[in-house]
Amino acid sequence: MKNFDSIFAAYLIGWSVFFIFYLTIAKRSSDLRAEVERLKNSLNRNK
Amino acid sequence: MANRIILGIVAVLLVIAAAFASFYIAPVERTMGALQKIFYFHAASAWAGMDAFFLCFIANLLYVWKRNQKFDWVAVSATEVGLAFTTVVLITGPIWAKPAWGIWWTWDARLTSTFVLWLLYVSYLLLRSLIEEPDRRALLSSIFGIFAFLDVPLVYGSIRWWRTQHPQPVIMGGPGSGLEPTMAKVFFFSVLAMHVLMIFLIRERYILEQTSSEVELLQREAEAL
Repeated sequence: MKNFDSIFAAYLIGWSVFFIFYLTIAKRSSDLRAEVERLKNSLNRNK
Repeated sequence: MANRIILGIVAVLLVIAAAFASFYIAPVERTMGALQKIFYFHAASAWAGMDAFFLCFIANLLYVWKRNQKFDWVAVSATEVGLAFTTVVLITGPIWAKPAWGIWWTWDARLTSTFVLWLLYVSYLLLRSLIEEPDRRALLSSIFGIFAFLDVPLVYGSIRWWRTQHPQPVIMGGPGSGLEPTMAKVFFFSVLAMHVLMIFLIRERYILEQTSSEVELLQREAEAL
């Protein structure tokens, strides 16, 4: 297939952008959920 | 949680099916050959990105009008997702352009207005990161977002109003334009797949913003004790 490297690069880089973007959301989400738990525990201890 | 997983699986299956259709069902274009397969990914991503920015625009208007924090969450979520799609457009475009035109980039109206659009929405996120107070951050970024959206019609119209290196429109392009029927079906299927992916990502990002707001609330509560 002519220009296979360009087609492959476009799809590979494109999907990588979406995949990395999703991973950043998942990571930030997991960190924030841990922070919510930590704050809730800390508030319960202080009440 | 189950709905989120189902939507994620549907989005992934649709984009795989769209990629399969563009390679194995859509016919090979006469002039560009297989290179034109990038079109189904590039143009469908552009369409989804523009719609994400349109959603951001509507959410910005609603925030200015109603001052409901949820509209601000929708706006920032749609902006980040729109930026991801526009980044894909700005990467796949030059990869297509190099073998087709012999150059990676040219400052024509379509390419420049798309790059400016990307910069405007990056600025929107930077502006948000500079303001700590939530209501002030939401209001100022909403006003900025409303103005940033003015570039979207410019991107759309650029290949219709001016002579550009970028190809003339094949969808809603007037007499003489259009796609071969099978190509059109595959293209609209790719657009659908990208929109489902866009909705899934915006939803995930919105939940993140909700959690972030919960953290801010709990932190204020902890400080008050």
